[in-house]
Amino acid sequence: MACCNVDVESILNKYSPEKGNLMHILHMVQDASGENFICEDCMKKIAEKTGVPLNKLYGVTSFYSMFSTEKRGKYVIRMCESGPCHVVGAKDVLEAFKSELGIEVGETTPCGTFTLETTACLGVCAVAPAVMINEDVHGNLDPSMVKGIIEKYK
Amino acid sequence: MIDVYIDNKKVSVPEDFTILQAAKEADVRIPTLCFLENLQKIGACRMCLVEIENTGRLVTSCTTPVCQGLKVLTHSEKVRKARKFVLELILSDHPTTCLTCEKNTRCELQDLAAEHGIEIVPYRGDKSDRGKDSAANSLRYDGEKCIYCKRCETMCNTVQTVGAIYSKKRGFNAEVGTPFNVGFQDSVCVGCGQCVLNCPVAALKDQDDTAKVWDAIMDPDIITVVQVAPSVRVTLGEEFGLEPGTIVTGKIFAAMRKMGFDHIFDTDFGADLTIMEEGYEFIKRVKEGGTLPMLTSCSPGWVNFLETFFPELVPNLSSAKSPQAMVGAMVKSFFAEKEGIDPSKIRVISVMPCTAKKDESKRPQLGADGWSDVDIVVTTREFAKMIRQRNLDFVNLPDEQPDNPLGMSTGAALIFGASGGVMEAALRTALEVLEGHSIENIDYKAVRGLKLDGVKEAAVKTKIDGKEVEVKVAVASGLANARKLMEKVRAGEVDYHFIEIMACPGGCIGGGGQPIPTNTEVRKKRIEGIYKGDSSMELRKSHENPFIKKLYDEYLGEPLGEKSHKYLHTHFKEQKYYNNIKK
Repeated sequence: MACCNVDVESILNKYSPEKGNLMHILHMVQDASGENFICEDCMKKIAEKTGVPLNKLYGVTSFYSMFSTEKRGKYVIRMCESGPCHVVGAKDVLEAFKSELGIEVGETTPCGTFTLETTACLGVCAVAPAVMINEDVHGNLDPSMVKGIIEKYK
Repeated sequence: MIDVYIDNKKVSVPEDFTILQAAKEADVRIPTLCFLENLQKIGACRMCLVEIENTGRLVTSCTTPVCQGLKVLTHSEKVRKARKFVLELILSDHPTTCLTCEKNTRCELQDLAAEHGIEIVPYRGDKSDRGKDSAANSLRYDGEKCIYCKRCETMCNTVQTVGAIYSKKRGFNAEVGTPFNVGFQDSVCVGCGQCVLNCPVAALKDQDDTAKVWDAIMDPDIITVVQVAPSVRVTLGEEFGLEPGTIVTGKIFAAMRKMGFDHIFDTDFGADLTIMEEGYEFIKRVKEGGTLPMLTSCSPGWVNFLETFFPELVPNLSSAKSPQAMVGAMVKSFFAEKEGIDPSKIRVISVMPCTAKKDESKRPQLGADGWSDVDIVVTTREFAKMIRQRNLDFVNLPDEQPDNPLGMSTGAALIFGASGGVMEAALRTALEVLEGHSIENIDYKAVRGLKLDGVKEAAVKTKIDGKEVEVKVAVASGLANARKLMEKVRAGEVDYHFIEIMACPGGCIGGGGQPIPTNTEVRKKRIEGIYKGDSSMELRKSHENPFIKKLYDEYLGEPLGEKSHKYLHTHFKEQKYYNNIKK
């Protein structure tokens, strides 16, 4: 069983055990994992504390693409694939990320640093095409800029 | 009450009715798929679309409330086209291999496709890949057939509060299943099969053990012994077009003989035996200050549920084995000895209303002398399939009797098939034993009937060692009701002496292995059949069964005696399953 060594108890202690806090708790646990995922052990502890059965908790976690139950890279690269980005070349930028990292969408680099994903609209159409790397937004991209961006995170 | 017009027919209905309910009042049938009466109305499948006459809008009738003067068209050109379109879309992601599907001719989706004249599926595209799970003892899952109606999810979470499965992922990848894909066997699934009973297609089905039964029958070195559960005799007829509740006991035994089973016994005999052991165990607990309330242990879905979610109450479970296990144990000990048969050559086959009985038969603690009590379990539906495979004209079979010495039974055994029956049967015997004389009125009507929400209670006055005592009993069926009651027991808020729980709503007549459909109306008819059968029987108390008396005289000695402990009692323990997390 994958385990992330997150101190779930101290995160859970910050929130009252009610359904409304579930999303916050899931985000906190995922962020604390260092590998952008929520492991089975953590999810069981969250289920026990919040009273949300594991089957429902897993349902919620697998519904939202921001959550993962499998290990991801330290940085998750989310390339926007919505219309406005698409028409100004998002596809080419995505190809550049793929070849630069040597991975396909949904995969993680062997060193565990980057995971490449696609996402629905990021809401920054003014700077399309755009990508989000963890909390940072990078806009007005063209394929030639990809290498430089990745270097910043290495 | 407000007036609504369904296809120009005026009906007066309560204000909180949906269009679908109003249509039912007007005797208009609207096709549905994801709808479950009183349980699920989510407008997901879109089959129940109707047209609002003055706006021309299409709405889902299961979710849309009525309003004064509302005019609804249920079969306009627009509605028919829309429904056909919806079906074509559903079928675009569903295999069209109906001929080789187990639900062939018994599938709700197939019926709707035929009804709506679907001759081709015009849309081509990706098919969702949801995998299969055939590793569980009780049931199987075939993801490619799932139409995502979520009826199974509602049964598992709302009706049974088991929580083994739930919706996962989203969009085209959405599916219903276990968390982290652990599979049914390793999840908290109790095997009750209520999901199977409510699956409109063949995505969820019982584990198929019919081939094993045929193999055993055909093997000349094997002696097959078959038994049939109480409730099956009021439900099996439905598979052959008879009304729910029709008693077909004699035809079942006739069919079994024609199919080639070597010995035909009856789980009802086992039920009488269970009452002897469980009844005496109850008396002993009351007299000697044992753990109370005593909980019945014959429903394996319920036993799995208690072991998983209420392990601290394991000592409350009656140690008496279930009727099918008692028959099996007696076949491989008493009967084998008597007939001089080597028990290793015997296969005990049970026809059960229940998918969880398959799981129960694999419990390592259900056996003695190195043999399992029961070898193969088939459900009512599987047994019907076998009758069809043998090309028997079931409805016209002449009535036959089971074999002795493990075939004769009483009305007390028959009522095991309905919620409240085990309690009533136990009272019929326990009270007579306590008072030492025959009791005239043995109809304990307070514990009878279909109570889908809540608990049935009764208090009976009796004498224990000369002292007047009021025995308080409770009966619940459906695991949501069981959960609520067990929370009270755990908290010490109730003072019952004896509690009967059946995992499935209404008891075994609503079991996960019963004919489809099993709905409220059908359940009621089956219960009527059970009590009609009981009242027409000559013997209605388990301890009056002459073959039970003989078994104790010749072999067992006395209830709770040494032999009984070896063969007729078992033990339970906490189950630690994957998502075993308290709610």
